[in-house]
Amino acid sequence: MNPLLSLRNITYSYNTKKAEIKAIENISLDLYPGSFTSIVGPSGCGKSTLLSLISGLIAPQSGELLINGRKPEKINTHIGYMLQRDNLLDWRTIYGNVTLGLEINHIKDKEYYLWVDEMLKEYGLYSFRNAHPSQLSGGMRQRAALIRTLALKPDLLLLDEPFSALDYQTRLEVADDIYSIIKEQNKTAILVTHDISEAISMGDRVVVLSHRPALIKRIFEINLSIPNRTPFTSRQAPEFAGYFNSIWEELQ
Amino acid sequence: MKKSNISKERIQYLKKCRNYKLTVSIIQVLILICFIGLWEISTRYGLINPFIFSSPSRIINTFLTMAKSGVIFTHIWITLGETFLSFFLIVISGIGIAILLWMFKGLSDCLEPYLIVLNSLPKSALAPMIIVMLGNNMKAIIVTAISVAIFGMIINIYTGFLEIDKDKIMLIQTLGGTRKDILIKLILPGSKKIILSNMKVNIGLCLVGVIIGEFLAANKGLGYLIIYGSQVFKMSYVAMSIVILCIISTLLYKLVDILEKILS
Repeated sequence: MNPLLSLRNITYSYNTKKAEIKAIENISLDLYPGSFTSIVGPSGCGKSTLLSLISGLIAPQSGELLINGRKPEKINTHIGYMLQRDNLLDWRTIYGNVTLGLEINHIKDKEYYLWVDEMLKEYGLYSFRNAHPSQLSGGMRQRAALIRTLALKPDLLLLDEPFSALDYQTRLEVADDIYSIIKEQNKTAILVTHDISEAISMGDRVVVLSHRPALIKRIFEINLSIPNRTPFTSRQAPEFAGYFNSIWEELQ
Repeated sequence: MKKSNISKERIQYLKKCRNYKLTVSIIQVLILICFIGLWEISTRYGLINPFIFSSPSRIINTFLTMAKSGVIFTHIWITLGETFLSFFLIVISGIGIAILLWMFKGLSDCLEPYLIVLNSLPKSALAPMIIVMLGNNMKAIIVTAISVAIFGMIINIYTGFLEIDKDKIMLIQTLGGTRKDILIKLILPGSKKIILSNMKVNIGLCLVGVIIGEFLAANKGLGYLIIYGSQVFKMSYVAMSIVILCIISTLLYKLVDILEKILS
């Protein structure tokens, strides 16, 4: 199987007036279709920068980024980026929000809109399609944000701490929801987080990054003896604590 | 809901709220009546000079005389027309220039000090120059009115544009949006509130500008009537025009207020 995404020796530095800050150094990583990769690292280590690079918002200064073996041109809709906050636009209805990407990309194809309707129905938002974001709970808003991302049918999903703005209980629920949606649709995903439990509970491998400049310290393959794992049940796996401790130590 | 579900305390609370509102309204009306009454009485009994201070009855008489010949309506329409025209131009060009500044960051950085100076300058100081340059005509009055309000409008709207959440801009970019998409899908709809509240302030400023312009270069309009009245010592003209201006400015404010409610 060929990797969906390959990073080869990626390096990136920020320039500010005061100094040049090296955010990412020499990162190489392969992502295979259908995999779920969690990336953990100390805060401010350049995790989000990595996602911005993958999504094409910024270009690496050196190194190579290949999607399906080819260099991507600018931002492409094969990649769906889910930001920390839902960023739903208040003045649009939920339907207007979830179809924003289709609108921007001038997609008129009916198939896409049927697909959006299907997702709205499946994830319990169809009856809210004409409501405004302020009328929805945090979990529903986050689901709407996910549908907005999935509407463009991306192959790869980038999740940038998508649960950090939610309270703990909602967070666990939404993590389960979103995980099952991603698995159901067999998407490839990268989750960036600073929450070790979240990283283990969702990922089939966890990449540990170092302090700035971020480089890969270690990669853990997560094998849990739980059938049909969900993020919630994963937390009860006997191996969970062991992984937690190893990653915790790696982060020190 | 059944009536019995409302507690006694709640009924009392609601009653208290209603009573307070009613009292305030009554006092508001009383203040107006007392003011007009005192004004009328003190001029009748010679406490103040009616020649200088005019009086409510004189104002009404003047208005009725001028209404009979229709001349007062010409003045009102001229002032209103100039105000609307300048307001329209300010809204269009204010939003347009703010968009240009947003599109070209370099442009806004270069123009920033000039905008600040022009905004803090008392615009009445500019009026005589505008009139000398453009002549004694309506064009000069419109330009004066525009100069009063435009710079504040540009600065406020542009600042509003900049306050749009950076995360949301990133969202549009991750969905493959261009700068045009950011402007049309995010910046403009997201700034609707700021634009509308600025319009509310600016309709009043337009009226100020029009009156300043009419003071200096007009032979029609309420501003002209005020200057003319003061020069020939017909203080009833002056006082009547001021009363009409009070009414007009309130109505204009309400008009934009209604517009705001419809649009949002």
